Amino acid sequence: MEPMVLNTENFDKEVLEADKPVLVDFFATWCGPCKMLSPIVGQIAEENEDIKVGKVDVDEEEDLARRFGIEAMPTLLIFDKGEVKAKQVGFAPKEKILALIKE
Amino acid sequence: MANADIIIIGAGPAGLSAAIYAARSGHSVIVLEKNAYGGQIINTPSVENYPGIKNVSGFDFATELYEQAQSFGAEVRFVEAKAFWREDGNWLVDVGKEILSCRALILAAGASNRLLGLPHEKDWVGSGISFCANCDGAFYKGKDVAVAGGGNTALEDAAFLSNICNKVYLIHRRNAFRGEKHLSDKLREKENVELVLNVTIEELLGEERLGGVRVRDKETGEVRDITVNGLFVAVGQVPATDPFSEQLNLDEGGYVIAKEDGKTDQEGLFVAGDCREKALRQLTTAASDGANAAISAIGWLEG
Repeated sequence: MEPMVLNTENFDKEVLEADKPVLVDFFATWCGPCKMLSPIVGQIAEENEDIKVGKVDVDEEEDLARRFGIEAMPTLLIFDKGEVKAKQVGFAPKEKILALIKE
Repeated sequence: MANADIIIIGAGPAGLSAAIYAARSGHSVIVLEKNAYGGQIINTPSVENYPGIKNVSGFDFATELYEQAQSFGAEVRFVEAKAFWREDGNWLVDVGKEILSCRALILAAGASNRLLGLPHEKDWVGSGISFCANCDGAFYKGKDVAVAGGGNTALEDAAFLSNICNKVYLIHRRNAFRGEKHLSDKLREKENVELVLNVTIEELLGEERLGGVRVRDKETGEVRDITVNGLFVAVGQVPATDPFSEQLNLDEGGYVIAKEDGKTDQEGLFVAGDCREKALRQLTTAASDGANAAISAIGWLEG
């Protein structure tokens, strides 16, 4: 599945109330490392059915970025049962992201 | 048999330029990268001083270079080179899961941001600490921030942030700036920039995240706490030669000693880019270094 586009309307339902871990990619269209991370996040979405993957454009969704204290691009948050379980700031290779999710 | 004729450590501008020259000469090439391809340039929004290209984003440049190197047959693997050593006429590189071998090795590991070396500095990246004003500045709109450093990057960061933030403190350990005078003159004119000079940053204040910095005046010993939401650290760079220091002949700054041809004091070992001892570290000189080191490596292989 392709990463789901998240916004203030669908975030709580799709992420906080999800029945499996959710990887959320907070990105900006102007950020180089975000563009590198984006295909990796896409691959994780395609290859892992037990993980839900979504993305938040921080310029479109300033409230969501503020709500989760996002201050650097890109930031990945991993949610489980409505709570932030892990955080990755900056580019990371696929193995590292998968390890974070599985921890 | 070796895994490749030439292994290149680092897929920044120097390493990928070396890969282009090496692959085009018909040699097999593996490039090892522990993070993202492109190196430091991917954080630069606009490159305007690379000859022949009026304006390009660092990310677009890096991506083009990455694809160009691959188009000539270079293979890029996203693994970390942890150590290398010479054995039976080959260079061996430990990449964690396996050990790769090659005949000639080019070190183009680049440089990374120098840290202040204070507790919480690494944990609070993304929670008040940043090494990239261009990347993260927008999150501090209307807030108070500090910049640490006295070189061009620090001065440019402070100028950039002064247009977004409420107040910018520029904290430097000396009374004078190392950066260009016209940059510091411009900052002195800005009403929302305060220069905090001749101090050392002693402590990063805060509980879960950065809430301020404690500085001490180097002359009077006076201590001052400055409340800020963000600290942009711009105190220079360190070469990424540390893991390999036993193998290398380094200068006191940790840079590999080699001339323009990239030849080191060891057989079949070459160096290119920001981790080499040199006067100017720019995109242009990284590309030039990569070409030189590749040609030296090819000459050594075929010699």
